[in-house]
Amino acid sequence: MSNESLDPRIRRLDLEHVKNGVQPTNSHWITFEVFHQEKRGRQAIHVGIVHAPSPEIALMFAKEQYARRKSTSNLWVVKSSEVFTFASEDEDIFETTPDKTFREPGFYKVRDRIEAYKNKHS
Amino acid sequence: MYGNTFMTAEEAKQMDQTQDNPQKLIAFEARIERGEKIEPGDWMPVDYRKQLIRMIEQHAHSEIVGALPEGTWITRSPGFKRKLALIAKVQDEIGHGQLLYSACETLGKTREEMLDDLLSGKSKYSNVFNYPAKTWADMAVIGFLVDGAAIVNQVINSKGSYGPYCRALERICFEESFHLKQGHDNFVFLATGTNVQREMVQEALNRWYIPLLHFFGPSDKTSVHSEKLMKWKIKLATNDDMRNQFLDQYVPKIREVGLTLPDEKLKKNLETNKWEFSDPDWDEFYRVVNGDGPCNKERLEVRRFAEEQGRWVRQALVNPQDKYVTPFA
Repeated sequence: MSNESLDPRIRRLDLEHVKNGVQPTNSHWITFEVFHQEKRGRQAIHVGIVHAPSPEIALMFAKEQYARRKSTSNLWVVKSSEVFTFASEDEDIFETTPDKTFREPGFYKVRDRIEAYKNKHS
Repeated sequence: MYGNTFMTAEEAKQMDQTQDNPQKLIAFEARIERGEKIEPGDWMPVDYRKQLIRMIEQHAHSEIVGALPEGTWITRSPGFKRKLALIAKVQDEIGHGQLLYSACETLGKTREEMLDDLLSGKSKYSNVFNYPAKTWADMAVIGFLVDGAAIVNQVINSKGSYGPYCRALERICFEESFHLKQGHDNFVFLATGTNVQREMVQEALNRWYIPLLHFFGPSDKTSVHSEKLMKWKIKLATNDDMRNQFLDQYVPKIREVGLTLPDEKLKKNLETNKWEFSDPDWDEFYRVVNGDGPCNKERLEVRRFAEEQGRWVRQALVNPQDKYVTPFA
């Protein structure tokens, strides 16, 4: 099989220097994190990444890859290098949160006291 | 679509020699035991990373190369609806490749390195894609049975321990369910059609029977099997178990439309609950894995063509100021 393109416009380009030639020092595109919003008013949820040379093209790739099924109202792309996170080994700083049940409505058992009061005074 | 991966004896030996920090290893294995997912920033054993890269990369290449036999049938699809479905399926497969390359990147190998290794032959892809798709009936058999086999594999792997791989697989399995249905639809349409159509799909079945048995990799009796891969939930079922599950699910669906599989010994042993079949020539399997299959050369040529012809576009768009960043999740 020949590697020649069927498109004459491509064949007219001098691609030899690219084929055999110098790789630029950076051959990578930018990594973007992709967020998908299913409907207006819903949260945008992280779904994956794309590689693209610019945010505009990143959006285009994100549409091809993450909006192929079901409904989509919008997509966000953010450069991965612009996302800041905690180190994964610091996960324990969140450890005690679920223990703080006094922040939950179920913690307060007012009904018990009312029933006890009623029983005592009736 | 996807085929199973397997290790050479050499690789398995190397694996057992790698030393990791023993305390961290204990904590790591305990996490997996508890059913927690491992995420990109977490500590992981050297071999865990290495084996996952090898496996996810092979899977990604399989998606990309797997789209090629079907891609050639887009222009020749019988009818507009089938053409639309096939275009969508092929586009899905390429998207799956992208998802898997992304997951693999989180382990520290760049996409460009992976694509280079595919072209140089250093990384493999599923053997099943080294066979040709001769007629439209091959499209039916591929869509129904090769995708069916891939789904068996992928559903099992999606319960694994590495977060990014599991998330990619869940998305992939969701999309593949359409591939399976459109494959089954094509298959049944031909099987319930004219005599010529039935003959066509029967011939395609005969061609794909052996590659389908090969799909899940060598038998457990001969394959180099690592306890570690199972313990770390990189591998979740043995090759024979997956093959058996596949036969369980699909042989009845082939027989119910009056078609046969070209193996007189193929039957389910009701005592062991396992399928029995003639040995599917594993020498051929290894020969094809090592490059000597009917389509190995053609597949890589097409990939190389895309790589070379598209390079100037990619390079023109590179901004030299940009730095490569590994994705987060």
